Amino acid sequence: MAKVYSSAVIPAAASAVWSIVRDFNALPKWTPFVAESRIEQNKPPDQIGCIRNFRLKDGGRIREQLLALSDYEMSFEYSILESPMGVENYLAAFRLIPVTDSDHTFAEWTAEFDASTDREDDLVESIRRDVFAAGLGALKARFNR
Amino acid sequence: MTRVNIRRSTVIDAPVEAVWAVLRNFNSHHAWHPAVSASAIENGEASDKVGCVRNFRLKNGSHIREQLLFLSDAKRGFGYCILEAPAPLRKYVASVRLRPVTSDDSCLMEWQASFEPPPQERVRLERFVSEEIIDAGFAGLRRALTAGALAARVARPSVSARAGAATEGVEIAITRYGGPEVLVPRVASIRAPGPGEVRLLQTAVGVNFIDVYCRRGSFDLVPPGGVVGMEAAGVVESAGPGVANVRVGDRVAYACAPPGAYASMRTMRADLLVRLPDSLSEEIAAAILLKGISAGFLLHDVAQVRAGETILVHAAAGGVGRILTHWAKAMGVTVIGVTSSETKSGEAKRAGCDHVAFTSRENFVETVLNFTSGRGVDVVFDAIGKDTFERSIECLATRGRLISYGQASGDVGAYSIDRFAQRSMTISRPNYIHFTDTPERMITQSGRLFDALRSGAVVAERPRVYPLADAPTAHADLEGRRTTGSLILIP
Repeated sequence: MAKVYSSAVIPAAASAVWSIVRDFNALPKWTPFVAESRIEQNKPPDQIGCIRNFRLKDGGRIREQLLALSDYEMSFEYSILESPMGVENYLAAFRLIPVTDSDHTFAEWTAEFDASTDREDDLVESIRRDVFAAGLGALKARFNR
Repeated sequence: MTRVNIRRSTVIDAPVEAVWAVLRNFNSHHAWHPAVSASAIENGEASDKVGCVRNFRLKNGSHIREQLLFLSDAKRGFGYCILEAPAPLRKYVASVRLRPVTSDDSCLMEWQASFEPPPQERVRLERFVSEEIIDAGFAGLRRALTAGALAARVARPSVSARAGAATEGVEIAITRYGGPEVLVPRVASIRAPGPGEVRLLQTAVGVNFIDVYCRRGSFDLVPPGGVVGMEAAGVVESAGPGVANVRVGDRVAYACAPPGAYASMRTMRADLLVRLPDSLSEEIAAAILLKGISAGFLLHDVAQVRAGETILVHAAAGGVGRILTHWAKAMGVTVIGVTSSETKSGEAKRAGCDHVAFTSRENFVETVLNFTSGRGVDVVFDAIGKDTFERSIECLATRGRLISYGQASGDVGAYSIDRFAQRSMTISRPNYIHFTDTPERMITQSGRLFDALRSGAVVAERPRVYPLADAPTAHADLEGRRTTGSLILIP
């Protein structure tokens, strides 16, 4: 099993960050790599079990299912149903934690998955850098002005 | 009852591994939390053993015990609860967790606490925990990491000399020579250990008559302004380069010069320390090491007492007297004890004396001669001095040995050596220091005592306990002959 971990401190209050990332259909709004997204069967994006169907800017299509969402913990979890990446059993979690002494927000993004051993290291590195760190970096930049 | 939940967090500008290396040690908080002055894990347990209890003092003097409830290296977190505290922090549980911030190699530290305050104290306690425990802890940890004070310990847990920092402790100094009132507590900077040295977190300090002599100025071992005390037990907190006989975390004790034991922490030569057997608590060790080693060399090296002999032990209910009696009985020796009062005679009998005489009501010389059918005893152990010395001589059999190892009542004065020819008597005035002044001698003497404790030849009794700051009371009780057995001070 491969694991990916990335985290950052976002210079904004947790409630402000959460209002953006809690929307399971909002990847095009805050990440630099998603072109367009929709929720299948017209379900609300905070209904557990809903599926987001999105297209990456490089053309790949991905379907992901929302498994958990907590406004109390400011977290959500999802799995990949279909993707061009060649990953199996892909389970990811996103979480915000308030930094109480600075009124900033700690954001952490993790994933676990299976892949063929010869591709595992490359996948871990590309997901960490091009998806998680890129997404968190965009969040940071959004508030950093 | 309303439960209060407090969640605080901060970003610490250090790699998560470095911060976790400090925090996973449940007994490191006195090194970084500004409110904690001294801390030790009870019963010599490891600080990462779930269930261990840290027993610590705050700088305001209050005393707290907390138990480790969980520890996770995978999640880099631990949780604990309060067992005892002066503030009404009822049902207090808390947890700390670290998460890496991968974007800049720092980390997030979360600290949560939950408890049930009395309603009228809720606001005050909520603020106290949030600000004085958690926020102050964040600031202290950040300061300690920046100052590099902890870095060396994290990188090389057993060697911290170069980058190690001084830490604060409490010690009892003598302001001048005099009565118990000259013993005064003061806050002191306890320097980091140099080559061959360790810094000890002292958990129990022994009180001995030699401390009284030092305080009075009858021995010039401690100048005014100095710290008395020859004996303590505790845990090695940090070690300098070249220390081989003990390691950080070892439970150790010492009973030797130089004085300076009346303190919560102490930096000293490592080769003066002996490691404690698992079966021996630090309190018992601090109570018995000096007295037990004294009894050991007095019996075995100085008097060389043999089975079948009869001995006289002055102050048989006192610290050394009781051990001498017990140990001699285990060797097949007949023991006559002398005590100052009837209450103490009960103690002396319990220690194993075959017969007990009182100095207060009777002429013990007659008692001794009657008991031995006029022959006298083979050995007298006398630490009373002036008041008893002459009569001790009268109690001796031909070729008897008088071991004068103290002078609680005053100096014995001048004696003509011809006196001792009357019955070919031998007089010894042994000095503890000459039997314990090398690591080899210390190991021999302490090993003999630990063996005797294991076999039951010496039985340790619970000492009478005083807080360190009450050292004057302990001295007054010892000098006022109001005590039996051993006295210890707890920092």
